[in-house]
Amino acid sequence: MLSIKNLHASIDGKEILRGINLEIKAGEVHAIMGPNGSGKSTLSAVLAGRSEYEVTEGEIIYNGINLLELEAEDRAREGIFLAFQYPIEIPGVSNINFLKTAIGEIRAYKGLEPLAAKEFLTLMKEKQKLVEIDKALISRSINEGFSGGEKKRNEIFQMAMLEPKLSILDETDSGLDIDALRIVANGVNKLKSKDNATIVITHYQRLLDYIIPDVVHVLYNGKIVKTGPKELALELEEKGYDFIKEVEEVEA
Amino acid sequence: METAIKTSTIKDKLIFEFETSKLFLFGDTQIRDQAMESFYKQGIPTRNHEEYKYTPISSILKGEFDLSTSKNCNDEQIEPLKFLKEAYNVIIENGIFVEGLSNLENLPKGVTICSLVNAATSNSAVFEKHYAQYADIKTDPFIALNTAMTKDGVFIHIAKNVVIEKPIHIIHIATAFENTIIHPRNLIVVDENAQVKIVESYQTVDSKAKTFSNALTEIVVDNHAIVDHYKIQDENACLPERKELGYLMNTTQVIQKKQSVFSTHTFTLSGALVRNNLTIVLDDEHIESHLNGLYITSGNQVVDNHTVVDHRKPNCNSNELYKGIIDGKSTATFNGKIFVRKDAQKTNAFQSNKNILLSEDGTINTKPQLEIYADDVKCSHGTSTGKLDQEKIFYLQARGIGLTNAKKLLMHAFASEVVNTVKIEALRDYIEGKIAKTFE
Repeated sequence: MLSIKNLHASIDGKEILRGINLEIKAGEVHAIMGPNGSGKSTLSAVLAGRSEYEVTEGEIIYNGINLLELEAEDRAREGIFLAFQYPIEIPGVSNINFLKTAIGEIRAYKGLEPLAAKEFLTLMKEKQKLVEIDKALISRSINEGFSGGEKKRNEIFQMAMLEPKLSILDETDSGLDIDALRIVANGVNKLKSKDNATIVITHYQRLLDYIIPDVVHVLYNGKIVKTGPKELALELEEKGYDFIKEVEEVEA
Repeated sequence: METAIKTSTIKDKLIFEFETSKLFLFGDTQIRDQAMESFYKQGIPTRNHEEYKYTPISSILKGEFDLSTSKNCNDEQIEPLKFLKEAYNVIIENGIFVEGLSNLENLPKGVTICSLVNAATSNSAVFEKHYAQYADIKTDPFIALNTAMTKDGVFIHIAKNVVIEKPIHIIHIATAFENTIIHPRNLIVVDENAQVKIVESYQTVDSKAKTFSNALTEIVVDNHAIVDHYKIQDENACLPERKELGYLMNTTQVIQKKQSVFSTHTFTLSGALVRNNLTIVLDDEHIESHLNGLYITSGNQVVDNHTVVDHRKPNCNSNELYKGIIDGKSTATFNGKIFVRKDAQKTNAFQSNKNILLSEDGTINTKPQLEIYADDVKCSHGTSTGKLDQEKIFYLQARGIGLTNAKKLLMHAFASEVVNTVKIEALRDYIEGKIAKTFE
């Protein structure tokens, strides 16, 4: 589904990603872990199509398409979803109108008829139950006055509504208490299928108790320095990131 | 004779017209003479005039305007302008009240709606008491000019304790064969404990030439009265390709008495030049005033909102919110003065002006002015001007929404804070529709 080769990216002339290689197949969950400043959020931003980041080398092929040639909105229409680490508040735009517009544009892109109002409402109701988000939140403006947990839950709700093929959860666990974490993880798990894939970006191992990864990658200094099974996450938690840094320095 | 007039300045033309027509105009000739004298002294303001720095009225009026007669509309042209289905419609065509085109059947008891001429000639005591008492001819040349030259307009009186549920919609229509200046004038008197909603709309219809409307409305809000006031300025909406023929100079002078509530909402959506002078005098205690405004400008439009909130007595609240979206080479100006007089202790006065600048060539001038002479007050003001937020645009794009729609959503969101203050649902829908069109 996703193939990243030798990806280099920089912002304001500063290189952050220094040759990432990553292969993800449909049905898989990949965790990307790493210390602060290792390039985790840059990777998600580059995948989602943030224009401030410049890709200087390498390629990203997604379902046979050269992703780097697509605008952010077209990537979303092709099924890429980024759950933001810091979801933006947009006062004055209701969640409902927002999702209606998004689904309308995605369907038009795919050459599908627009959803009838009734179908849309049914879909909303169904997904709202699935991710356990309060109805009252959905009727408000996008994230306006939401708590941190509510914002993250809203990201997962949007993900449920848009039914992406590749979801990137950028530090979705940050700022969540254990109850909220469980609800969010539950939502993600329910949305998992053999046709879609998930990238879970996290600093801590705890989220991975609830969203079990197939593969764990360790990102350090803009490169993936270690890849392994889910146990790698536990090892990291135990030994800390210094252990990776040491390994990296010895190898260098 | 005619050539002589054509070569003279607009000021001379106006004075000449005044002298030849004043005997045929309604009301007290003395008031008119004094007003003309005041206009003569003040003249048409140039851009050296501090209050008209950003409003190039003198250059617009230079030579371009003759004072010719205007044409009339028929029913079919006017019907679509009556966009509120449930309303008492008042048609003011080129400054003249047209009873035949208005819908004033079944007015509730205690409600008077008639032409100013009618009110003046019928010796209405309410008219006598309030007419030309509030908008001060010495403070502004256009107040003086209107007071001297107005031919007609509407007089509305809501008697004590009367609550009128349906809004009164004053539809100002300008229509001209040749460049024209008109001076519509309205007097609205809302007595003690009465309630009313007034909508004023301004449009130029079926014109081949420019119309400069120098419109003035005085509103008296007596003790405990509640008045909800709206201005929809969409001068060019009915013209082919929204041709810029409508020029509007709009003065609104409000006086509020004890424990009254006055809310006003000004929407400026089109018009080559729109200048609003809105003054609210809080002349007693426990008064509440709300001023909301939204201007969406493009092309070469010039929109200038000057507001004055004058707190004269203690324990009053005023709240002002003006927002603007500026595109093209248009210029928008916001100048908001708040006076808190020495007696006006315990005043709460808030003001905010926010703008989005969409183009490189657009201009926004914003100037809050607070003059506070009391010491126990809460006052604040704030202004901001910026572009559309890139972070928000990206968030929307990341969900599959294209750049054009993302911007539209954000502009709607920005405008909605003001639109949502509209209490008449049909009017809110109408404005939302109009705004959607301007974003196309």
